[in-house]
Amino acid sequence: MSKKDHQEHVIPLMVYLAVGAALLVLTVITVAVSYVNLGPFNLVVAIGIATFKAMLVALFFMHLLYDNKLFMAVFLSGLMFLGVFIILTMFDTMKRDMIYDEVAKPINPKAVIYQESAPPTDQTGGQQ
Amino acid sequence: MNIIPEKNYLTYPKGLKSWLFTLDHKRIGLMYLFAIMFFFLVGGIFALMIRLELFSPGKDIVSADTYNQLFTLHGAIMIFLFIIPSIPASLGNLILPLMLGAKDVAFPRLNLASWYIYVFGAMFAVYSMIAGAADTGWTFYTPYSIETNTAVISLTTGAFILGFSSIFTGLNFLVTIHKLRAPGMTWFKMPLFVWGLYATSIIQVVATPVLGITLLLLILERVAGIGIFNPALGGDPVLFQHFFWFYSHPAVYIMILPGMAIISELISVHSHKKIFGYKVIAYSSLAIAFISFLVWGHHMFVSGQSELAGMIFSFLTFFVGVPSGIKVFNWVATLYKGAVRFTTPMLYTFAFLILFSIGGLTGIFLGALSVDVHLHDTYFVVAHFHYTMMGGTVIAFFAGLHHWWPKIWGRMYNERIAKITAVLVFIGFNLTFIPQFIMGAHGMPRRYYDYLPQFQGMHELSTYGAYLLGFAFTIMAVYLIHSIFKGKPAGNNPWGGLTLEWQTTSPPDPHNFHEVPVWTHGPYDYDKIKVTPDLEKELETA
Repeated sequence: MSKKDHQEHVIPLMVYLAVGAALLVLTVITVAVSYVNLGPFNLVVAIGIATFKAMLVALFFMHLLYDNKLFMAVFLSGLMFLGVFIILTMFDTMKRDMIYDEVAKPINPKAVIYQESAPPTDQTGGQQ
Repeated sequence: MNIIPEKNYLTYPKGLKSWLFTLDHKRIGLMYLFAIMFFFLVGGIFALMIRLELFSPGKDIVSADTYNQLFTLHGAIMIFLFIIPSIPASLGNLILPLMLGAKDVAFPRLNLASWYIYVFGAMFAVYSMIAGAADTGWTFYTPYSIETNTAVISLTTGAFILGFSSIFTGLNFLVTIHKLRAPGMTWFKMPLFVWGLYATSIIQVVATPVLGITLLLLILERVAGIGIFNPALGGDPVLFQHFFWFYSHPAVYIMILPGMAIISELISVHSHKKIFGYKVIAYSSLAIAFISFLVWGHHMFVSGQSELAGMIFSFLTFFVGVPSGIKVFNWVATLYKGAVRFTTPMLYTFAFLILFSIGGLTGIFLGALSVDVHLHDTYFVVAHFHYTMMGGTVIAFFAGLHHWWPKIWGRMYNERIAKITAVLVFIGFNLTFIPQFIMGAHGMPRRYYDYLPQFQGMHELSTYGAYLLGFAFTIMAVYLIHSIFKGKPAGNNPWGGLTLEWQTTSPPDPHNFHEVPVWTHGPYDYDKIKVTPDLEKELETA
């Protein structure tokens, strides 16, 4: 069974060369685009090209396209968990003052810790 | 009369070298068992010292700085060196291949490597104790972990290395479960212990690398001054908490899922009743594994994360209650009209049901955003955590240990003493942690060295409970070690289990089975197959 699977994995040399050429071309495009100011899309374009290149490497050089689909599922689930991590974290970091304005002020301005004469350490602070 | 086979994995091959270079999953599991029990003892001693210090307000036995180091080490050792490897690496290694009818795990060398990496990581942790133990708490929160002069780097390096050991075990189990099941054992004919370990392994493989990256970033910031978490350098301290909990929340399911897996197994075997709702229990393990990745922000409600994120995480947190509740109801339903035997493993199983339910339900309180704002960082959280992790996982671990002990050693412990000990553990545990719920609800903050006199009574009760627990565990150690040498031979199937590990000898042959076993029935088909436990046969013939 494994022998037959292995046979199917042989990819024509032309495919490798074509993918390699595509990667080089995309690298040139990445460098070229960096000289053009696209405003907010600078990052989007650069990441987009990089993602596409990574996809080519994974699909062809790493044989993900031809292998058992389980491996593809495992790979994609890894990406999915990364996505979950980044997106849910961004719900915090991008939205910090969405509902309430972020203003720093003492909860109780008369508290000991805010008095000039208070001792420099705050060891008593927690016991109140 | 039960006899112990002369050639078994304990006696053959002989010599220290045959143990240190063994590729046998049973021996590696046993080496893990000794290692984690050692660290359970160390972490336990730290816990007893913490409780002694808190017996009365003010200084009792240690200084405030030492106290901070004690609770950090208690947490870090119990989490990274004991509870995460506890069930998968010891009982999982010992039992999983037997249950699947396999000769070994899929990658025996990787398995041995994981044990050595564990020992290597443990050495870093021990070194950090000598070199000025860290005082950050086991969570290593920035910015304090960047500033403190204690040995943060060596402890985090230890945790970083231990992560690899955990990943290796998880990876090994995933491949073993996919590839080495006995002929006839389809996915939905696997024992539920296997399903639980499968879900655990997924989390180990997916989440642990994030902990590695987090700790590495922390070390980089400390050593090289690269601004990731420090606002003065353009970093974000709350980001550390996101990184940390993205691993560490799923990690609590790395701890509890194998515990649930053991309970699913034991409740059926010791009541000789087909498990109720096999498929939903299996699916709920996977559901817990998945949902565990979506709820980490509930540790951060008062950290300064955005209110929107707080609301989303609070909402998502409630979903975890669903699969956990499904499991508890199914376990209870399994008991209905079963032939319940009040054996030691079953007593621990009942303790688990009660303690885990309390732990789980108080988790719902804490998952509610508005309630958590008040309870956050109080002893209520400490009690909740210990009810799930100790009342859940550790109790389940002891249930499993007593259940498979006769398989591992071929000998039985003294059941009478074991049952009394189980009751002592249950009482000691509740005496330790119920007062902590009460004083937490009254506002006693966690991790404090000193406290107001009004909390003294509760702290005293909690300390008495902790020492009762310590006493009970000492008895357990004595009767278990005694049984290794003097215990009565237990027979191949002392409890009357139907899964494959009971079909081989006790202790098992070095190669597990003489022939490849064929799996012809479900793991809990007590409605179709009548089996008398060897222990009861003994009683009948006597």
